[in-house]
Amino acid sequence: MSDLAPILTVRNATKHFGGVQALAGVSLDVHPGEVVALAGDNGAGKSTLIKAVSGVFQLDNGEIELDQRRVSFSSPQEARDNGIETIYQDLALADNLSIGANIFLGREPMKKLFGFLPVIDRAKMSEAAKRTMETLEFHVTRLDAPVAAFSGGQRQAVAIGRAIFWNARLVIMDEPTAALGVPEQRKVISLIQSLKSAGKGIIFISHNLRDIFEVADRIVVFRRGENAGERNPGETSADEIVRLMVGK
Amino acid sequence: MTPKPPQGNAGAALLMRIAELRAWLFLIILVVFFEVWARVAYGASFIFNVYNLQSISVFATAPLLLALGQTFVIISAGIDLSLGFVMGLASVIAAHSANFALDSLGLPPLLAMLCGILSGVIVTFVPGLVNGWLIAQLRVPPFIGTLGMYGVARGAAYLFAGGMTISVTNDWYSGIGNNRYFGVPMLVILTAIACLIMHYLLSQTRFGQHTYAMGASQPAARRAGINIRALTMQIYFLSAIMAGVAGALYTGRFSAGAPQAGEPLLLDSIAAVVIGGASLFGGSGNIAGTIAGALVIAVIQYGLVFIDVEPFWQFIAVGAVIIISVLVDQTQRKFLGGRQVE
Repeated sequence: MSDLAPILTVRNATKHFGGVQALAGVSLDVHPGEVVALAGDNGAGKSTLIKAVSGVFQLDNGEIELDQRRVSFSSPQEARDNGIETIYQDLALADNLSIGANIFLGREPMKKLFGFLPVIDRAKMSEAAKRTMETLEFHVTRLDAPVAAFSGGQRQAVAIGRAIFWNARLVIMDEPTAALGVPEQRKVISLIQSLKSAGKGIIFISHNLRDIFEVADRIVVFRRGENAGERNPGETSADEIVRLMVGK
Repeated sequence: MTPKPPQGNAGAALLMRIAELRAWLFLIILVVFFEVWARVAYGASFIFNVYNLQSISVFATAPLLLALGQTFVIISAGIDLSLGFVMGLASVIAAHSANFALDSLGLPPLLAMLCGILSGVIVTFVPGLVNGWLIAQLRVPPFIGTLGMYGVARGAAYLFAGGMTISVTNDWYSGIGNNRYFGVPMLVILTAIACLIMHYLLSQTRFGQHTYAMGASQPAARRAGINIRALTMQIYFLSAIMAGVAGALYTGRFSAGAPQAGEPLLLDSIAAVVIGGASLFGGSGNIAGTIAGALVIAVIQYGLVFIDVEPFWQFIAVGAVIIISVLVDQTQRKFLGGRQVE
């Protein structure tokens, strides 16, 4: 994989909040079709880094490159427009809306009724929802049902479907399995595999080392805002990763 | 993978449909009740009576206009308590402007009326924008922000009116409030047009779709790139404008601007939205439900007078319908988990 040029490169990223140095010069790269797991204790800087990459806030110093092009996003919307989708543990779906409405939330397709009246194109939304969810092996019969009617894993599939539909290059997953039961976690892991085989770059954050070892191509460990090490899952152990995380 | 609620369960699906349409169900039950009572007691019809229909529908227009804007606010998980006195303020300003245009500027009555209506609506831009600014920008809870505006608008309305009602002598203006076309009151026609526009905005545009999303989960809406601040501003702006329309039409109907025009209507507007199936927690509701809710209230109020019951019973009846409506809503949630909107 690493013979392909990286989708994302972060160099010497620093960020402080008041007196707290959240990032003290971390670096990271992600290649197409690669799952990079970010490991680290609470406060290691994982969330700070992904928020900087997804446009929630800007770095103090350091560079972010997307496809070898230097970028700086002033909003999550701008990051999304550049092909970076973020999937959160608490799902970030509007429970009262259908799958299609959630996939298109904020970018609803419009059509003209009677040739002049702009209306939301619901047929297009549910058609796109159907196709997208089929690529995830998720067969829904009730496309107009609100997503509240679905299980946690199915809802996570909707969030992932949103990333697929909008043709994201880089998908950031922040604890995507944390809110789920075990069978649902399995389903999300297999969804990550399908994102990977579709050639997306994936940043995967999890407290669950078993999930990390199962899906990651590389494990990058942060400690106190710095790179503490980088390992291939096949050449390391959970114990070693934990040692890197806590610094012993 | 099947969704949680059993798909094959026709009973659950039927229950859900009934719960969604409860406002219309209430309406039918009430109409039947009054019809039977009228036939037994007076040997006359309640509903097959043009005069009654005209009265009930005109009666429903003012609370319904307020409730249309309130529907957007409540779906977004907010509340607008200032609507009643914003309507009063609009009514007073409309009366003053129409009189000024006619008497001092010497404009013809039609133009004077238009001046009045326009001024009444435009003056509501101020409370609408301030409400939106307080809630969106300064993060004041909607209940508190609009309660403050309730007081400000109330004071302003009485000050502009000098503590009195401002009578308007303008045939065009009173015609808007009282004329009928083919038996249909002009007020009802105008309110129906407002309903159509609001239904379009809520169900067919991004503005409406984002209002639902924001009411269900503000973080989710924000992460999807929706500008929550701008949306909140727009919602409270729209709500104030609808109160402005209600106030300007009130002045036509009674040939007078009155600061207290909307005082009793604020709670009716919230009640109409809630009876219509919206949840005060946000995320659900629709215009058709709100229309039914407003009609339920109007039928109760008019019907009880019609059958010659002490008028105080109407408060009890409307209160009971609100409570039943919320109980139905909660039961439906408990049984079915998810909710269908739109």
